[in-house]
Amino acid sequence: MADLTTTFCGITSPNPFWLASAPPTDKEYNVRRAFEAGWGGAVWKTLGMEGPPVVNVNGPRYGAIWGADRRLLGLNNIELITDRPLSVNLEEMTRVKKDFPDHALVASVMVPCEEAAWKEILPRIAETGCDGFELNFGCPHGMAERGMGSAVGQVPEYIEMVTRWCKEATGLPVIVKLTPNITNILGPAQAAKDGGADAVSLINTINSITSVNLDDMSPEPMIDGKGTHGGYCGPAVKPIALNMVAEIARNPSTYGMPISGIGGVTTWRDAAEFMALGAGNVQVCTAAMTYGFKIVQEMISGLSQWMDEKGHTRVEDIVGRAVPNVTDWQYLNLNHVTKARISQADCIKCGRCYAACEDTSHQAITMSPDRVFEVQDDECVACNLCVNVCPVENCITMEVLEPGMVDERTGQTVEAEPANWTMHPNNPSATAAE
Amino acid sequence: MTAHLRASGVAAGRLDKETAEANFDDLHPAYASHEAMVAADRCYFCHDAPCITACPTAIDIPLFIRQIATGTPEAAAETILEQNILGGMCARVCPTETLCEQACVREAAEGKPVEIGRLQRHATDTLMAQGVHPFERAARSGKTVAVVGAGPAGLACAHRLAMLGHDAVIFEARAKGGGLNEFGIAAYKSTQDFAQKELDWLLKIGGIEIRYGQALGDTISLSGLREEFDAVFLGMGLGGVNALSLEGEGTGNVLDAVDFIADLRQAEDMTQLPVGRRVVVIGGGMTAVDAAVQSKLLGAEDVTIVYRRGSDAMSASKFEQDLAQQKGVRILCNAAPVGIEGNGSLTGVTFAYTDTRGGKLVTTDETFTLPADQLFKAIGQTLDGAPEDLALERGKIAVVAAGRTSVDGVWAGGDCALGGDDLTVTAVAEGRDAALDIHAKLAGAS
Repeated sequence: MADLTTTFCGITSPNPFWLASAPPTDKEYNVRRAFEAGWGGAVWKTLGMEGPPVVNVNGPRYGAIWGADRRLLGLNNIELITDRPLSVNLEEMTRVKKDFPDHALVASVMVPCEEAAWKEILPRIAETGCDGFELNFGCPHGMAERGMGSAVGQVPEYIEMVTRWCKEATGLPVIVKLTPNITNILGPAQAAKDGGADAVSLINTINSITSVNLDDMSPEPMIDGKGTHGGYCGPAVKPIALNMVAEIARNPSTYGMPISGIGGVTTWRDAAEFMALGAGNVQVCTAAMTYGFKIVQEMISGLSQWMDEKGHTRVEDIVGRAVPNVTDWQYLNLNHVTKARISQADCIKCGRCYAACEDTSHQAITMSPDRVFEVQDDECVACNLCVNVCPVENCITMEVLEPGMVDERTGQTVEAEPANWTMHPNNPSATAAE
Repeated sequence: MTAHLRASGVAAGRLDKETAEANFDDLHPAYASHEAMVAADRCYFCHDAPCITACPTAIDIPLFIRQIATGTPEAAAETILEQNILGGMCARVCPTETLCEQACVREAAEGKPVEIGRLQRHATDTLMAQGVHPFERAARSGKTVAVVGAGPAGLACAHRLAMLGHDAVIFEARAKGGGLNEFGIAAYKSTQDFAQKELDWLLKIGGIEIRYGQALGDTISLSGLREEFDAVFLGMGLGGVNALSLEGEGTGNVLDAVDFIADLRQAEDMTQLPVGRRVVVIGGGMTAVDAAVQSKLLGAEDVTIVYRRGSDAMSASKFEQDLAQQKGVRILCNAAPVGIEGNGSLTGVTFAYTDTRGGKLVTTDETFTLPADQLFKAIGQTLDGAPEDLALERGKIAVVAAGRTSVDGVWAGGDCALGGDDLTVTAVAEGRDAALDIHAKLAGAS
């Protein structure tokens, strides 16, 4: 059985499943329940300055989008950092860490962009026995307007500066949590690295309005007739998060920096995908908020089973395995030719492939009067849309044309040697293959 | 008043009122709105969808389901009603398992079609509960059309004529409209007086007058209607029933299933309806199943449907057969009645097993007798009292194209006319299409 013990930037936990800094980690009560349920670690809900705590709206604090059976697909929140006194949080953290010494307990921190503020609070938090810090440079609402959260995370110079202060203030690992509300994630990631960060975690939530109340003409969640943008998370954001994680993992100058993957992790498979793209562990929030802490049992059993099936014995074995296969478009093999193939035995004759291809793509699928759908190889560009809209799994597949076969669409023989855009004659900057 | 469940003979009150009412509750209860959303989400929105082709009224099913899924059941209802003004009743009584739901690609994929009938009911119920009638009449044409029969065909015809600006007068033989929707459908398929509610709602279009107690060949004649109106549509259904042609058919408690079904529909209190302890139903169609199942629901102890051919030849769908068996009805196939037993009062029915020889159904020498104190005949209905000058074919009014009869200016549709299955939905389609043809003819003539 695979060993799920994870060491992430020096912090060891029984498994790679951490709860992200968020409402589920706001109190001792919750974190205890989480650890008892099997979570490997928790990033405590973001601590702020000593003094009167922030004030949250009474609510609603969340907006959501759902699938047909009210399956929660995306969640948006306008909650701020912890609204409980710092001392209370620190006392609770101390007790939890004492009782769960083997679990990872990381403190999320957000204080104003002043050196003294950071250098004063970190040592004080360290007294709880916590395993490290996560700098909240990501929160896109409420705190950003006060010059914190994503207001810092959107300025690489600030990230570097604050990270450096923190590294000077503590010997514990410092994780920088990145906001996705930027144009290129590599800038902030590089800044974190330059500032001495031990790791980055991403993504924080995405700025969003989940929906508009068409009766009251207000964004949701609506507070007394008005709404504001909030942070989007949950299954819907996973593809965005995966890309950002992969970009950092494959970028030469950030390559190898530990990454804590966050964003829509709902199942063991999501976690495995993040880790394959370079995440050393994952952080979860929405899935726990939707289903409760028990879901970690499925994550643990699923990841273990998959690792066993693939012959991986340790978490390190899977981290980053897919990274070498993430490339730029220009390096994709233009000589790789495939054609859609419809299994007539599996086809249920819904015609969605036909509608998609005929109306919106390449007119490469024909429909007979008795509803037999067939691919026309001379028109099929292998876009894969038919595969994606087909309701029957594996009914439509893409067949690879072997070298020497003729692509009926282009009339050209499939080459054995790969060739990409960098060497294509249509590319003005192509370098001719000698 | 309460008869013992096992009391022999034909008796009312075999069940207490609560049980009887529960037995006759909706066969397919209405969806709660969330259920409807989940059910609607299962639709794949097929291209040129097979379900549309399978629907005799060609309702754009994927579109209306998508309208439900996006929170606009009222728009969905309009999509349905535009093609089928009795979409509410059809949602309840259509044998969807042999029509749209059989064609549903998810039936092919997993044996679980999208529940089109229940979704249709959700949409039409939502709109009708609001008391909204979504259609308006075109400018008055000044033309009047006589419609004979206020059943599905006549109502669909009259409504479409009214929409197109014509005035329709419906002549209905009974004291109540709705035709088989009101008198001929199992009570658990149309509960809470739905047929009358739908009729009242349909009439909101305006331009339709119903004259009750007016039977063709009795108080009205085809020639009279032709003189008085610009066109005539005949949709009076099948008023007669086939007989067994056996000695003793006049014995007490040997009844026509259609009358029993009509009594059930009109009953205020099911415990007042008499039913036998041992009931035999002869026939293989929906009427046989409706009579048998409802006998069982009234508290009959033994109910047997006997059909002269194999179960695959029954015109009752597999779903209906299963329903009957699930309710405790026994279905005996390949047996034909040869004798009615009892002296004045029914005691049993004797059957001979049948065989097919040289492509012909024959009775064998092997017989058996089922004890019975009530026998329902459900071996088909016949056209009764068709005007003499109309050409008939196979016992029905001969029609070409959209219901044109052999007599100029006279159209026919529904069960009384040749063609199509004898279903509510087919009658609606025929009535609607005849109206369109009448409209074209009237427009051309003016």
